[in-house]
Order: sequence, then C-alpha cells, then structure tokens
Amino acid sequence: MPKDGGIGASSKRREDVRFLTGVGNYTDDINIHGQAHVFFLRSDMAHGTINSVDTSAASGMPGVVQIFTGADFEAVGSIPCGWQVTDKHGEVMQEPRHPVLAHGKVRHVGEPIAAVVAETLEQARDAAEAIKLDISELPAVVDMKDALKEGATKVHDDLNNNLCYDWGFVEENKAATDKAFEDAAHVTTLELVNNRLVANPMEPRVAVGDYARGTDEHTLYTTSQNPHVIRLLMGAFVLGIPEHKLRVVAPDVGGGFGTKIFHYQEEAFCTFAAKACNRPVKWTSSRSEAFVSDAHGRDHVTKIELALDADNNFTALRTETHANMGAYLSTFAPSVPTWLHGTLMAGNYKTPLIYVNVKAVFTNTVPVDAYRGAGRPEATFQLERVVDKAARELGVDPVALRRQNFITEFPYATPVAVEYDTGDYHATMDKLESMIDRDGFAARRAESEKNGKLRGLGVNCYIEACGIAPSNLVGQLGARAGLYESATVRVNATGGLVVMTGSHSHGQGHETSFAQVVADMIGIDENMVEIVHGDTSKVPMGMGTYGSRSLAVGGSAMVRATEKIINKAKKIASHLLEASEGDIELKDGAFSVAGTDKSVAWGDVTLAAYVPHNYPLEDIEPGLEETAFYDPSNFTYPSGAYACEVEVDPDTGKVTIERFAAADDFGNIVNPMIVTGQVHGGLAQGIGQALLENCSYDENGQLLSASYMDYAMPRADDLPMFDVDHSCQTPCTHNPLGVKGCGEAGAIGSPPSVVNAVVDALQSAGKDVTHIDMPLSPDRVWAAMQ
Amino acid sequence: MYNFEFEKPETVADAVAALGAEDAQALGGGQTLIPTLKQRLASPSTLVSLKNIAEMQGVCKGDDGSICIGGATNHATVAAEAGDYPALAETAAHIGDPAVRNRGTIGGSLANNDPSACYPAAALASGATIVTNSREIAADDYFQGMFTTALEEGEIVTEVRFPVPEKANYQKFVQPASRFALVGVFVAKYSDGVRVAITGASNDGVFRWAEAEAALSANFAPEALDGLSLSGDDMISDLHGTGAYRAHLCGVMTKRAVAAAA
Ligand SMILES: Cc1cc2nc3c(=O)[nH]c(=O)nc-3n(C[C@H](O)[C@H](O)[C@H](O)COP(=O)(O)OP(=O)(O)OC[C@H]3O[C@@H](n4cnc5c(N)ncnc54)[C@H](O)[C@@H]3O)c2cc1C
Repeated sequence: MPKDGGIGASSKRREDVRFLTGVGNYTDDINIHGQAHVFFLRSDMAHGTINSVDTSAASGMPGVVQIFTGADFEAVGSIPCGWQVTDKHGEVMQEPRHPVLAHGKVRHVGEPIAAVVAETLEQARDAAEAIKLDISELPAVVDMKDALKEGATKVHDDLNNNLCYDWGFVEENKAATDKAFEDAAHVTTLELVNNRLVANPMEPRVAVGDYARGTDEHTLYTTSQNPHVIRLLMGAFVLGIPEHKLRVVAPDVGGGFGTKIFHYQEEAFCTFAAKACNRPVKWTSSRSEAFVSDAHGRDHVTKIELALDADNNFTALRTETHANMGAYLSTFAPSVPTWLHGTLMAGNYKTPLIYVNVKAVFTNTVPVDAYRGAGRPEATFQLERVVDKAARELGVDPVALRRQNFITEFPYATPVAVEYDTGDYHATMDKLESMIDRDGFAARRAESEKNGKLRGLGVNCYIEACGIAPSNLVGQLGARAGLYESATVRVNATGGLVVMTGSHSHGQGHETSFAQVVADMIGIDENMVEIVHGDTSKVPMGMGTYGSRSLAVGGSAMVRATEKIINKAKKIASHLLEASEGDIELKDGAFSVAGTDKSVAWGDVTLAAYVPHNYPLEDIEPGLEETAFYDPSNFTYPSGAYACEVEVDPDTGKVTIERFAAADDFGNIVNPMIVTGQVHGGLAQGIGQALLENCSYDENGQLLSASYMDYAMPRADDLPMFDVDHSCQTPCTHNPLGVKGCGEAGAIGSPPSVVNAVVDALQSAGKDVTHIDMPLSPDRVWAAMQ
Repeated sequence: MYNFEFEKPETVADAVAALGAEDAQALGGGQTLIPTLKQRLASPSTLVSLKNIAEMQGVCKGDDGSICIGGATNHATVAAEAGDYPALAETAAHIGDPAVRNRGTIGGSLANNDPSACYPAAALASGATIVTNSREIAADDYFQGMFTTALEEGEIVTEVRFPVPEKANYQKFVQPASRFALVGVFVAKYSDGVRVAITGASNDGVFRWAEAEAALSANFAPEALDGLSLSGDDMISDLHGTGAYRAHLCGVMTKRAVAAAA
C-alpha cells in the first residue's frame, strides 16, 4: 500500500501551487522603490587589450545615474575561486585575478566591460551604445591543445602559461598502472569529447542590490543555489562587507543545474553599485546574455585506455584529459575535472589500478564549471564507453563483461581514494534487464529494418558520489569551504513547525519532501511543517544545494535538529504525565507512557513549552527550538543501470530514442514521485547532451551557438516515455535517513547508453563505427556512416 | 528596442501611405521583426501593422481554382483553411510552434525570405503569384537570394495565389535547434510538369532543382531521381551540417516528398 503521508508517500508538491498559478516570488518579481537598472556593456571580442573606455558622452545621456568601468573596481577584490587544486608536482594551480568589470584586457565574448546604471533599462542601453571602446584585438586562444603549445598566446599575461594545473591521480599508482598495461592481454583505447554545454535554466540570472544608509546594511536578492556561500565569498573576498552587514536572499529560483552555484560579477556589481549610487540596482539577464555569461558545463577532451587480462578482467585504467576552464576560474571549476571526476573513475568495477591525468587549460571562452552531475558524467561517459568498446572488440556481451567486473563486496575502497559504503550492482542490472525485454530486441530490430531503420540497444552502469561532502576530507583536497549543512527547527506554541534549512530548493520540491520527513518523525500532518530556505537573515549558515546533497546532508541536519526537539518534548511530556522520561513514547503525534493509556498530545506539549505554568523550569528552558549542523562522514554512492534503444535513419543520420529504462539505487526514498521527476529531468538533460546540445566556438572565440536558434535544447517530442525504477535500495550506511541523492543520476547515467545504442545500431548495419562524439546530431551520425 | 511610432491602418492604400514615411516598416506577425527590434538590430521610425487590413486577411478560392491567401493571414489560418491545397495547409501547420503560427503571416515570411523558411519553397514549387499593392510578381522572379526579394521599398505583399497541383508534398528535415528547415523540399505536380523547390540548403536561398523536375516530369516516382544529386559546394555549411550533408539531404527529402505525394 502506498503511504498517504510521511516518508515514502508521493505527496503532491505543495510549492507547485504557487509556481503554476503565477504567484511565485522570483528575483525578477522583486522591485524595490526607487530602483535603478543596470545594463552591462559586454565584450564582443574574445581577446583584446583595452586601450580606453570613454564614457564622457554616455554619462550625460537621459536617465543615466552612473557609469562604472573596470577602473572603479581596482580597489575591490577579485571574484574568488573556492577550490585550490595542487598539481602532480605538488605545486598549487595558477589562479588569475577575476575582476568585476574587465580591466586591461577582455578575455571572452560576454565579459562585462562597463556598467550603466540608469532610471530605465532602455536608457541604460541607449547610454551603453554611446560608450566609446578602444580595444586592440588579440589572437584568441580557443583550442585547449593549441593553448598549451610553446609560445601560445597567453590568456593571462601575468601567468606562466595557459595551464591552470597538471593533475595526476593517484600519482603513486602511475608506475604500477603503466606496468599493468604492458602486461595486459588486451587494451582498448578511446578518444572522446565531453561536449560543452550551456545550462539554460528556465529562469535567467537576476540580481538586485539594496543598501540601507541608516544602518549600513546591504541586501542582495539573487538567483542562487547557495545564498550563504555568496554572502561569504562576496562579503569577505570581493567587497569587504562583514557578514552581519550583508543579507543575501535567494527566493524562488527557477532551476539552477549548477550554474547558479557560483558567485558572479553581476551580484558583486549590484551590491556595490547600490551603495555607490544610493539606489537599489537591478539586473535581469537576457537569454542572449545568459549564453555568454552563465558558467558553461563539461568541455573535456579525453583519451582513455582500459587494460584487460586474458579472462577479460579489468586490470588497469589510464586517462588523459584536457579540461577547459574558460578565461577565469569560476567558483568550483578546478574541483570538477579533479576530485569530482578522478575519484569516480573506478565506476562500478573492481579495476585495481587507475591513473588519471587532467590538464586544466585557460582559453578565451566563458568560464566552465559544474553542471548537473559535475565531473561524474565525464567519468561515467568515458568509462562506460570504453567498457562497451572493449566488449565489442572482444566479442563478448557488454552486460556480461560489466557483470564480470562488478564490485560485489562493500564497503569497497577504490584505488581512487573513495570508499563505497554500500551498493548492489547486480540487483540494478537484474532489474534493468527485467524492464527492457532484451529477448524481444531481435524482433524489434527486424521490425525496424523492415521500415528502413537501424535499431540499436545500449546499456551502461553508473556510480556517483553525492551528498557532498565530509568537510575535513574536502579541506585536504583543496576546498576553501566546509560542506556541512544546517537546520533550525522552530516549534510554535500551537504545535506547527518551521524548519529553516541551509539547503536551497530551486525546483527540487524540498518544501514538500523535507516536511514529509519531519512530520513522519513526530507523527503529525505534513501541513503542520513549513520549510524556509534561501535567506541568510532567517536560516543558519548553510552551504546550499548542489551535488545531490540536500536530503543526504541538509535532511540529516534537519533530522538531528528534530531529534533534539523530540528529546526535549519528551522531557516536557514526562513532566506533564508525571512519568519517567525513559517510559515516554512518541507515536502519531502523541506522547504516551509505555504500558499505560496515559498520553498527552503534541500540541499540549508544545503549548507547555511556551506557556510554562506547569513545567520543569529547574531542568529545562522554556521554548522549543533547536539547531543542528551535520557534517557527513562520507559521500553517498547512488548507482544504477540504464538502457537506451534507438532507431537510426540511415538516409539522414537522425537518431530517435524509442525506449529508455533506468534502474536506480538511491537508498531509501522519501517521496517516490519527486524522485521519479528528478530522474526524468536528469534523463532529459543527459539525452539533450547526447543528441542535441552543442556549445560551440569558432576559432576566433565567437560563440556559434549563442541562442536557441543554434543551441538545441531537448523538447518533449525528442524524448520517449521513460521507464524508471528505484525499487533497488541499499540504504546509505552513514546518514540517519539512509538516503543517497537522486538529483543528478539521470544526467550522469544516460549519455553513454545513448551513444552505445547508436554505435550498436550502426555496427548492426556493418558500419565500422566505434565512436561518435556528442551530440549525435544527424549530420555527425550521417558523416560517421560515410 | 528603440522607440518607434505605431500605425494600424485599415486599408492597403493607407498602409502604403504610412510606409511612405522615412524609415517606416511594415509589421506582419512580428515573429521575425520583433526579435530583431529587441536586439536593437533595426530602428524603424514607424511600424505599420498590417493586421487590421481586412482585405489582406483570409483564404479564398480564385475564379481559376487557385488558392488565394491574404498577405496578412497567419499560418494557423492557412493550416486550418487551405484544405483545398493539402500540402500547403500541411506546410503551414509545421511552421514554428502554435504561438508563431498564430501570429506569423505569409506576407511576412515571403517578404523576409529567410533561406530556411518553409513558405518560399511552397510558393516557388507552386509557381505562385505574389500580389502586391502595385503589381503581380511570378514566384520565379520574386526570390532573389537569401533575405532578398523583388519587393521595392514600401511595397506590401497583399495576397499570394497558389495554383493547386494534382499532387504535392513538402518534406521538412528540421534543424534541431531552431526547427526551421535544415533542408525542406516542396514537390508539386501540375498537368504541365513537376516543380521542385528546395529551402534551407543553398547559400542563394530557395531554388528550383531543374534536373529533378525534368526527371519527375517524365516519371513521377522516387526511382526517377536515382543517380541525380546536387553539389554541396554552394550550400550552407554550419554547425548543423556541411554543404555535402545538405546536398545529400536534398536528394533524400525530394525522394520522400515524391513518395508521399505519389
Ligand atoms: C520560434 C520561431 C520558429 C519559427 N519557425 C519557422 C519555421 O519552421 N518555418 C518558417 O518558415 N518560419 C518559421 N518562423 C518564422 C515565422 O514564420 C515568421 O512568422 C515569418 O518569417 C515572418 O512573418 P511575420 O508575419 O511574423 O513577419 P514580421 O516579423 O512582422 O516581418 C518580417 C519582415 O517582413 C516585412 N513584412 C511583413 N509583412 C509584410 C507584407 N505583408 N508585405 C511586405 N513586407 C512585409 C516586415 O517589414 C519585416 O521586414 C519561426 C519564427 C519563430 C519566432
């Protein structure tokens, strides 16, 4: 029986009522009396020396409040990077200064050069057109391998070269790994590209800065996944505003997918300008601006090699990756190709030796950072493609080859520094096989052939690391932040609760699922629990939402705080019931004395806490409010097996996805409907990456896919009905809910199965195609067949 | 967007007069022009909306049996009401999305002559007549390369007349992002011969494929096209496909159009 409330129930998403009826409160809905608007004059050149920015004519234009240029920010800090990677020689990465407005040089198309604050946006744009720019164009650095050549043009003149870092992992394993390749019975090699993507959340970025002269308090309203982190980074490193004088609010946010984690120049600008102009200052990104100013995702070029022994056991894995950083280091950029990628290269397999080399490269392109999955999709794609290729080369069943090499004993310490606590990869593969009717595939292929189409089946596994992350561990790995989470549970006198969580919901449905957890623990109706997030003035210091960490880390903090509430409430109940505390039981929202019919309702206890007439004041304080901070002891490791069936039109190269099945192990599940929705969304993005999305620059650093005319987003009719299962559950062993996280799995797990399926289809027609780089657009598939 | 004046005349004559003002521009459904204005890529002094001109609205049948479409008729109306020319109605039904179809107009599409637009292929393959406020222009003379037509400054497309073919079909292979035609082929068979017009492919905009027309006029069957091909040299090469790929698609889509029409 499905539950109708609490943990395990598919409660309807309460936040959707306001989202779907147009009464949400997004940042762009916030308009402050007296606000001015800013328009950023952005570089249309990828690389150039700024000789002068002449604002004299523009400043006199109608409505102009003030015009800012790079010179106005010389005394202001650099946009900081939150992660410092140490390279294979023990040296720290090269870290360029990242100005709020370009100074000296422009380094990518879209970089803001000047900012016009005016009464209206149109007036600001008019004035921006009157700014005279004198910029000498320099050769653009676009291709990563060219960027590393001797004598290449430098993106940053004050750095040694364009190499951010050269990372080796695990360096101590390198010699043994190389040796294993010498001894291998078979080596499969694959060169591939993990295509560059633009996140494209439905809501573009917005920032509104406000300043109260009377109290010297700054407020920033922003489309962020983690307002506290923005407060810390912007306050401490850029603008020098102490945290107690800076409030950051991220209200309803319409999708983030990673690109709203980072601290951006526009946020710092609006906060700074609100004080400088003594006016609230608002910026709303246009979609065109978003393409050239939101951090992009992925953009890895990799060579991967897999060594196998004569019995087809994986003996070693070796990779060489070039990872594009873009022109500057976005907040978490250095961590994505390293610690979020290299540590996942074992995948689901017991490969004993792994060596990963990553060269991070500066280019004259938009900064690249985490995008749904962040590092794990890159790892999964390489690994699951090379395993598939190996199976084809060896003439063995790709599923059997995977199964043969599965990790089966847990906990399992990988050779890439992480320990999987639990999992059952055969179970998810069994489940998948039961969903996809593999036996019927031959008949379906024959049917497709009758219609002149090629049919292919692709399977892959994945594992990912979620619930990021143990602070002490990430500290050693270069994180400049802790990655705990916080929650305050405030019980009101009449029994309702407000939970202030440091996690942030930007579409994930926390207001529903978090309430289910607390309501379940107390045994009350979900509607008695309100979830508050996204405001540093209300919520204790939190680290926000990314890396599928909300329930695993934020939810755990909430559970801990609720446990404290329950413990205190039991003390109050024991006093009211004149029984010993140890005998008090909480069930269905009532405290009872074990073995008796004496009980007191939740609401009577909460009332007693705030009207403490009959109350153990000598033992406990009045009130019922508790805070907990939770720092996980390990990552969580969701895993699964995915299958994709495609039809390829051999005349046009067009790929259609006929069937897609996902069997995931997310540990325990709080709201199955929300989990299904998260998987659906992830699959849409993963399939979008595999078939459609292609962020592409020309050799001059001009973005070719700078609008929806050329950047193909997945649409409903590009996708099949998904068959999604999450009944395989090996609960996480180290968080109180036993949950693992489900937000990114779909995007991580789906691209390889799509490409595997297309390769399968083409090979079935005798085509000698072993790989096609994503996106598998019709022209690429057709070209591969010629 | 820059500021502009806005006129909403009710007759063609008033519209023509209004377009006489310096830098005045006609506004059809705005599906091309408004995004251009928003990007500040155009700065007309006056926009003259053609929407309220009754004589430019709707689909009717001419005395010679041709389908006549008012120049300000939107795509959704053509899709719904041009049933006497099913291939044309179908073409209109697959332009853009519902919002685009409910605003975008045939006159706007033909005036704009986007190299990837659908109507130019339909008009050229049908040997349509483009009627303006001052003259009638044969489709063969009207399309003059990417975004270029025979229209004079201030001239308005008031009507488009399509002779109805015996058989016809439009095959659109969509560009994955914009869903305009990466290659679109309109084939129309008339009693005096077959016309094949291709959009999306050429650097010179919509064009007729003479060899295919000759072959199909002799034998209106997909096999008639065997061995025929176009060169990719002068074809558009971009993120979504090389010239060679487009040339290949021209052949595939023409065959499919013939198969679907036959
Ligand atoms: C999302 C999207 C998808 C689209 N997909 C497709 C597609 O798949 N296939 C396709 O063919 N098109 C597509 N279009 C274009 C669409 O069909 C437009 O409607 C059309 O190109 C322009 O028509 P309009 O009436 O909107 O013209 P407007 O945008 O109003 O005007 C365009 C130009 O024509 C001029 N003009 C307008 N009407 C007249 C007239 N009667 N006489 C003379 N000049 C005139 C204007 O001055 C302007 O220069 C798409 C557009 C969008 C926004």
